[in-house]
This record gives sequence, C-alpha cells and structure tokens, in this order.
Amino acid sequence: MTRISADPSALARTKWHEYLSRFAFGGAVTVLASLIDSHWGPVIGGLFLAFPGIFPAGASLVEAHAEERKQEAGMEGTERGRQEASLEAAGASMGAVGLAAFAIVVWWGAPRHSLWMVLPLAGLAWAIASWALWCLRERL
Amino acid sequence: MDLLLRFVIGGLVVSAFSMLGDLFKPKSFAGLFAAAPTIALATMVLTLHKHGAHYLATDARSMASGAAAFCVYASACSIVLMHSKLKALAATALLMPVWALSAAAFWALWLRGLR
Repeated sequence: MTRISADPSALARTKWHEYLSRFAFGGAVTVLASLIDSHWGPVIGGLFLAFPGIFPAGASLVEAHAEERKQEAGMEGTERGRQEASLEAAGASMGAVGLAAFAIVVWWGAPRHSLWMVLPLAGLAWAIASWALWCLRERL
Repeated sequence: MDLLLRFVIGGLVVSAFSMLGDLFKPKSFAGLFAAAPTIALATMVLTLHKHGAHYLATDARSMASGAAAFCVYASACSIVLMHSKLKALAATALLMPVWALSAAAFWALWLRGLR
C-alpha cells in the first residue's frame, strides 16, 4: 500500500496570494451557502453545505504546483499536473462519502445530544469513512 | 455581522483544510481534505444558535444528498482529467452542473416534499 507522508516544505510552495484567495473563496462560499439556507430553508440550503465551490481552485493549484516541480527539473509538466489534479479529484470523491457520513451523524445526533458532542463524533465519522475508503482503493 | 462572522470562520476553516491537503502525499490521500466538512463546521454552531436543533438536523439530512452529489462530481472530474487535455480549472468548472444535477436528482428522490 502507498505510504502516507507529510512534507512541510510543500507549504512554502504555496504563495501568499494563493493563501489569500483560498481564504476569500472559503469565506464567500460559506456566506453563499448561508444566504441560500436562510432564503430557501434547510431542505434546499442543506444541499449547499456540501457544495464543491472551492474545489476548482484547489485542483487548479495542485496542477500548477505539479507543473512547477516538473519544469524546475527541466521537464514539461503539463501531463503530470493533470494527473495530480485527477488523483486529487479521486481522493475528493472518497472524502465526499466521508462528508455524507458526517452529515448522517449530525442528522441523527443534533436533536438528541449537545452539538459539542455531535460535531467531534461527526468529524470522526468523516475521517474514518474517508480513510477506510482510501485504504480499500489502495488495496484494489 | 452574522455574515461577516461566517465569512471569517469559513475562510479560516477552508484555509486550514487546504493546508492539510498541501502537506500530505500521495495526492489521492491529500484529496480527502478537499471534501472535508468545511462549510458545515463553519456554520453549524451559528445555525443551531439561531434556528435550533431540528432545523440543523434537516440541514444535515439535505447535506448528505449534497455530499453524494459531490462524490459523483469529483469522480467525473477525476475521469475527465485523466482522459482529456482540459486544464484542471476548466474541467472542474465545466463539470459543476454534474453536482447541480446530481443534487437535484437526490433532492427529487429523497427530499422533495419534506419541510
């Protein structure tokens, strides 16, 4: 199975304006979801709690960084960039199953227990479901 | 004030999960963080405070459908990026209607008529 590793130097590759645009995009998508929720109610609005609004910017950044790395090594990099963005999207599809697990735990737990207990449990459900699916995919 | 607070919290939560995605290898694992519950974490405490637990539970039930649509959308993005010459931004933006149509389908099958 592929080994998971952390590379802190990758954080330095992200430029300050990329951090700023993520913050702005994240904030804007959150406000948009809140406005839809308050205008159309929770049945429609809840759908937008899983809206992939920030995903295109993230995938584009992954592609750009992969291209940069290849170009620094004297290669073209376009193909590698697209492959890494594709892998990121495959990971996101598994994370989205975890996102559904998160939502189901909140749906079940919110009317019964304190949110301070339900949110960590839901976060754990996201992490376990996502990680388990990723492990399964790696073994296949 | 409420929207400003949501903007700041949303921005911070999305940034934090994006940094986690940058940090880890391989990219398929890092991609898990692209579908982290960022918007939900940024809004659910405020929603509970404003509307109560039953409203939040309804939000979460719909969110499960939105997440299933996200899974369909991200799978489509992965396939298109692997087999086409489109840039990532173009492919992921052009495929956004896949999320909308999937979410509408899940809504029609499971959520329509619920209040």
